[in-house]
Amino acid sequence: MIELKNASRTFHVGDALVHGLDDVTLHIAAGEYISIMGPSGSGKSTLLNIIGILDALDSGEYILDGKHVNSLNESHQAQLRRDKIGFVFQSFHLLPRLTAAENIALPLTLAGVDKKDREQRVAEVVAALDLTDRAHHRPDQLSGGQRQRVAIARAVVTRPRVLLADEPTGNLDFASGMEVMKVLEDLNKQGITLLMVTHDANLGARAQRTIRMLDGKVLA
Amino acid sequence: MKITDIIHFVMQALSGYRTRTFLLLLAMAIGVASVVLLTSLGEGARLYVTQQFSSLGTNLLIVLPGKNETTGGAPPMMGAVPRDITLDDARALQRNSYVRRLAPLIVGSAPVSWQSYEREVTILGSTADLYGVRQLSLSQGQFLPPLEMDRAAPVCVLGYTLADELFRSHRVLGEWVRVNQYRCRVIGVLGDEGMSLGTDMGDVLIMPVASAQALFNAQSLFRILIEVTQAEAMERTQKFVIATLRERHDGEEDVTVISQDALLATFDRILGALTYTLGGIAAISLLVAGIMIMNVMLVAVAQRTSEIGLLKALGAARHQILMLFLAESALLSLLGAMIGLALGFLGNWVLQQYFPDFPFTAPVWALWAAIIMALMSGLIFGLMPAKRAANLNPVVALNG
Ligand SMILES: Nc1ncnc2c1ncn2[C@@H]1O[C@H](COP(=O)(O)OP(=O)(O)OP(=O)(O)O)[C@@H](O)[C@H]1O
Ligand SMILES: [Mg+2]
Repeated sequence: MIELKNASRTFHVGDALVHGLDDVTLHIAAGEYISIMGPSGSGKSTLLNIIGILDALDSGEYILDGKHVNSLNESHQAQLRRDKIGFVFQSFHLLPRLTAAENIALPLTLAGVDKKDREQRVAEVVAALDLTDRAHHRPDQLSGGQRQRVAIARAVVTRPRVLLADEPTGNLDFASGMEVMKVLEDLNKQGITLLMVTHDANLGARAQRTIRMLDGKVLA
Repeated sequence: MKITDIIHFVMQALSGYRTRTFLLLLAMAIGVASVVLLTSLGEGARLYVTQQFSSLGTNLLIVLPGKNETTGGAPPMMGAVPRDITLDDARALQRNSYVRRLAPLIVGSAPVSWQSYEREVTILGSTADLYGVRQLSLSQGQFLPPLEMDRAAPVCVLGYTLADELFRSHRVLGEWVRVNQYRCRVIGVLGDEGMSLGTDMGDVLIMPVASAQALFNAQSLFRILIEVTQAEAMERTQKFVIATLRERHDGEEDVTVISQDALLATFDRILGALTYTLGGIAAISLLVAGIMIMNVMLVAVAQRTSEIGLLKALGAARHQILMLFLAESALLSLLGAMIGLALGFLGNWVLQQYFPDFPFTAPVWALWAAIIMALMSGLIFGLMPAKRAANLNPVVALNG
């Protein structure tokens, strides 16, 4: 599903070079549940951004579902991202002026799905994530756990193959965090490939496999 | 992304930032409203003058002393003193079959009094034909009697306001008024004519041309007004007038004949240019509004970086982000233009209540120009911020 070969991503900070990713080779099969762990600045987010095609490699190769991402142009990359990838962020990133349902529909709106189909798809994920009675609330009327569930609903409404979660429970209390974990793991059980960055060793241990990072390298 | 979805999304963004949206709409609306108002003013002036000229009567030729090189302008101010135009000249012109009516005209000013009331008034000396040529109307009595041109008679017709001020509620007809050392009997009062070509026809006293000659002790005519039988004969008659007077003035071409059409065309040109100029000045405010849109959109892009990053993470391509932000400034300027049109029409309506005689009408081209310019400035000035948004690095944007 996901293949990185000698992947490097270097940042220029002033005169210094910082290795976000340093010669990473990685294979992730479809349907895997992977946690990514490592100290701050070790390159976990950079790895997710590369996999999510928000960022591009300086050298090396990235193959997503058989497609050589590097060689695609910008709009094809956007399309691939739209079709295959769902993002969940630590800080939710919901648009405050839209209702939960409108936030969830946003990827479909961007993809040009028409209104009827959109409403149907949104209704399905809203029901699946137990958000039915919150669908017409705005983010500021929702609890943190509910916000993250709305964000997850938005990430999966396009039925992506890969779900990338960067510290999804980082802003949540324990109970809400567990609730969100259950939602993510249920999605994985239904077949989605789940990559989750976390600082919490207990959460990381729940995954089938853990990728440990340090200074941009994946530790064996 | 579907066009209706783009509009919906942009409208939500616009209503999410109310103050900003309100200020931009206001700026654009003021720009468009000023285009509407200023061009209405110019166009109104043009229509007003046109109306004034048409109220003079159709197929009108005006003969004045002095040769003017360019047709349709004012008589020359300098140069050789031209030969006077006389009543005999006027009579000679009357013999042409294309001349339907002809009115010699003397203009002067003299004190007019009745009992203890006295005031300085414009005196017009003419003939019975003036009534038809200038398309006058009467509110009481009758106009000058059809006399031979050189026959004086102690009768006069008063303008509406003059009659009102001299006589108040007193009976007017048959009364004798004093004009300088002469006396004349009032036989008629004009209708409420208003202004006509700079002369307040409410404030005149009209007497037979020969009487006016005696009053001012002058033989020369100020103008001869000629009404031609049909439009096709205008040019021919004009040539006839010039030829006849040249012959009578020892071969010297020392009169100017202007047609009402030529005058009208000149004023039309001048005032049309005025309208464009005013419209152009107003368009500057549209430009200012456009620059405001650019500024505010740049701020908006800075404020909404994380939103832009998110949209990219959700699969929006560069061109979609560009489109969304362009649509935002285009919609802003279009909405502003609509409000501006409404404000402009409202302003026109209010002005119309205060100046009922002046036609405040925005020319159609100005309305289109205002809308298109507003849209263009929204798009052009919106392009830079939209490009900036589209080019944002999504990773940085999401963290920012
Ligand atoms: N856009 C950028 N410009 C410059 N340096 C960057 C950029 N993004 C990341 N870096 C650097 O790359 C390194 C890896 O960053 P990354 O965000 O991937 O770390 P992380 O493992 O996610 O850390 P954290 O746990 O704090 O989120 C860091 O040293 C960081 O400073
Ligand atoms: Mg990180």
